Amino acid sequence: MVPTGYYLILSGLVFTIGVIGVLTRRSALILLMCVELMLNSVNLTLVALSRQWDNLNGQIFVFIIMAVAAAEVAVGLAIVIANSRHSNTTNVDDVKLLKW
Amino acid sequence: MFEFAWLLLALPLAGAIINLLFGRQIGARNIGYLASAAVAAAFLVTCWLLFNLWQLPAEERTITVQLWQWITIGTFKVNAALLIDPLSITICMIVTGVGTLIHIYSIAYMEEDERVQRFFFYLNFFIFAMLILVLSDSFLGMFVGWEGVGLASYLLIGFWFDRRDDSYGWYADAGKKAFLVNRVGDFGMIIAMLIIWSTMGSLTFLDVFGKVHSGALTVGVANLICFMLLIAATGKSAQIPLYIWLPDAMAGPTPVSALIHAATMVTAGIYMIARTHDLWQIATSASMVAAWIGALTALFAATIALVQTDLKKILAYSTISQLGYMMLGVGVGAYSASIFHLTTHAFFKALLFLAAGSVMHATHGELDIRKMGGLRDKMPTTFLTFLIGATALAGIPPLSGFFSKDAILVGTLRVSPVLYAIGIITALLTAVYSFRAVFVPFMGQPRDKRLYNHAHESPPLMTIPLWILAFLAIVGGLLNLPFVETLSHWLETSLGPQSEVSLTLELLGITLSVVVALFGLVIAVARYLQNEAWPRRIADGFQGMMPTFEHKYYVDEFYNGLIVNPLRRMSDWFAEIFDPKIIDGAVNGVAGISAQVGEWARHLETGAIPTYALSILIGVVALVAYFVLHA
Repeated sequence: MVPTGYYLILSGLVFTIGVIGVLTRRSALILLMCVELMLNSVNLTLVALSRQWDNLNGQIFVFIIMAVAAAEVAVGLAIVIANSRHSNTTNVDDVKLLKW
Repeated sequence: MFEFAWLLLALPLAGAIINLLFGRQIGARNIGYLASAAVAAAFLVTCWLLFNLWQLPAEERTITVQLWQWITIGTFKVNAALLIDPLSITICMIVTGVGTLIHIYSIAYMEEDERVQRFFFYLNFFIFAMLILVLSDSFLGMFVGWEGVGLASYLLIGFWFDRRDDSYGWYADAGKKAFLVNRVGDFGMIIAMLIIWSTMGSLTFLDVFGKVHSGALTVGVANLICFMLLIAATGKSAQIPLYIWLPDAMAGPTPVSALIHAATMVTAGIYMIARTHDLWQIATSASMVAAWIGALTALFAATIALVQTDLKKILAYSTISQLGYMMLGVGVGAYSASIFHLTTHAFFKALLFLAAGSVMHATHGELDIRKMGGLRDKMPTTFLTFLIGATALAGIPPLSGFFSKDAILVGTLRVSPVLYAIGIITALLTAVYSFRAVFVPFMGQPRDKRLYNHAHESPPLMTIPLWILAFLAIVGGLLNLPFVETLSHWLETSLGPQSEVSLTLELLGITLSVVVALFGLVIAVARYLQNEAWPRRIADGFQGMMPTFEHKYYVDEFYNGLIVNPLRRMSDWFAEIFDPKIIDGAVNGVAGISAQVGEWARHLETGAIPTYALSILIGVVALVAYFVLHA
């Protein structure tokens, strides 16, 4: 059986990739994907630890996160589409409507 | 039968309320009749109470009529109750009796005034408040009346608040002055009540006096209480150092001056001291101070009255002077003599004021006696009644003022020859200025032809009260003749037995009083009627003092310099510097700082998503680091 530590390291790597993606990329679509990466790295952690401690709570939690992530993506994509219709761009640097 | 005593309060109150609510409907003249009827009815009730009280044996003549429980806070209980005894009923007789006459007089006097409804409302309200003051069975109830009459006085002094002239300034300001000066005295009353409550646990007169007699009070505390009460009395009864409001109070309509500022309200301080004489008998130092204040006030006010040219102000200073006599009387323990003088003074001073009002009525409000002269021919009734009043005031026997003033002076002679000497000098001055006030305006040749030609006798509604008061001023002395002392014996239930005076002392006092009063009359006749030289030479001896008299001893200037102007400057400083700079500065400063912080902090909102993402990340890292490192 693969030791839990491996899962955690993989999860940490995926999370870090997601974070770096969110901070460095400018395309709204890639940003959403990176957010998905971060969420799923957390899912991986939860499942791994659930197996480690023989406790199903973590796996149930993963389902909830998936549902929330799906909803989030739906809303996020809707915003991206609405915004691209409005200003014809998906570059987040160009979207500063809430600036002071 | 005494439980109906509440009618005494209800009648003037009802008159006031009906006039207030329905005055417009019942018509200007009926307002006056209604108000007079209300007070006259109260007078009849008082007579009835007096009659019933007379029937009782002397030791049962103290009756408390409980009305309702007024204040109950823990152990602090005060009932609304009336104390009916010879003292309170005697004062009620004066208040309602003289009050009725003055109300009737006012009907004619105020006939042409547009605010007649308001006038009679105030007047009835005053009677109501004065009766509360007199009849209350506790210090607190008395204080309510005390404030009520102060309010009525303020409203009536400033009754013509839209008028002004050179001697009073704005009339409204005269009212304000009276109210503020009285507040100083009221403060003493409040402190006295607090001390009484904290040392004896009750504010009811009979409880307090019972505890005083059982020795619950040390002399020191009694003196402290009485000093505070003395401050209250100097305010209300216009004594040094708080007398300055009374001359200005003459800005009010003349019937008001007669009723409030001569006959009734200003004697409240004397009544209060007589009512609390059980305390004053212990507080010998406070009594002595009261006697000295009274004597000095009597003398000072008399010297000022000598040089005044305004008829009403002469009478005002003479009122202060006579109140000084009463204060002297209560100070030396001659309580019933003071109440006697209070009674006769109410008669002859109300008479003098109403007669002066009759002169004003005839001369379109002229008060400067230097412009009058020879009015005797034009207004014989006014002249005759004024002469009777002045003769009573001067203490010429056998008019009432002689007996009452003599009673006080003899009571003083028993205690202190120095005070007696001051009193007798004042009596001389009193005689001089009284007759000056008669001779200058009424005798001799007219000085102002236009004024003289315009003058006419007043209508019967005004002269009938004058005659009644003149009658009372003549025979008032019968109330308490020397050696008979009807009034003193009647008041014994309330004031305790008055100390006996030896026959020689009494006769000496009477003789001196007569001589002095007649000498004053001689001076006045020589100076103002025959214009002889020798009184002028006496006056020349006091030439250096004349500016002092004319400026009323610079007391107003003194108060202006010491209190009024510093207070004004302090108020100006608060209004122009403290409020805009410090108070507004603090409020505006807080707002300014918030705005500055916001101006700076809003730049954090870039609107750029990566910035928010980065700050969330930093926050998460910081939180995780915190929990990891501290866990």
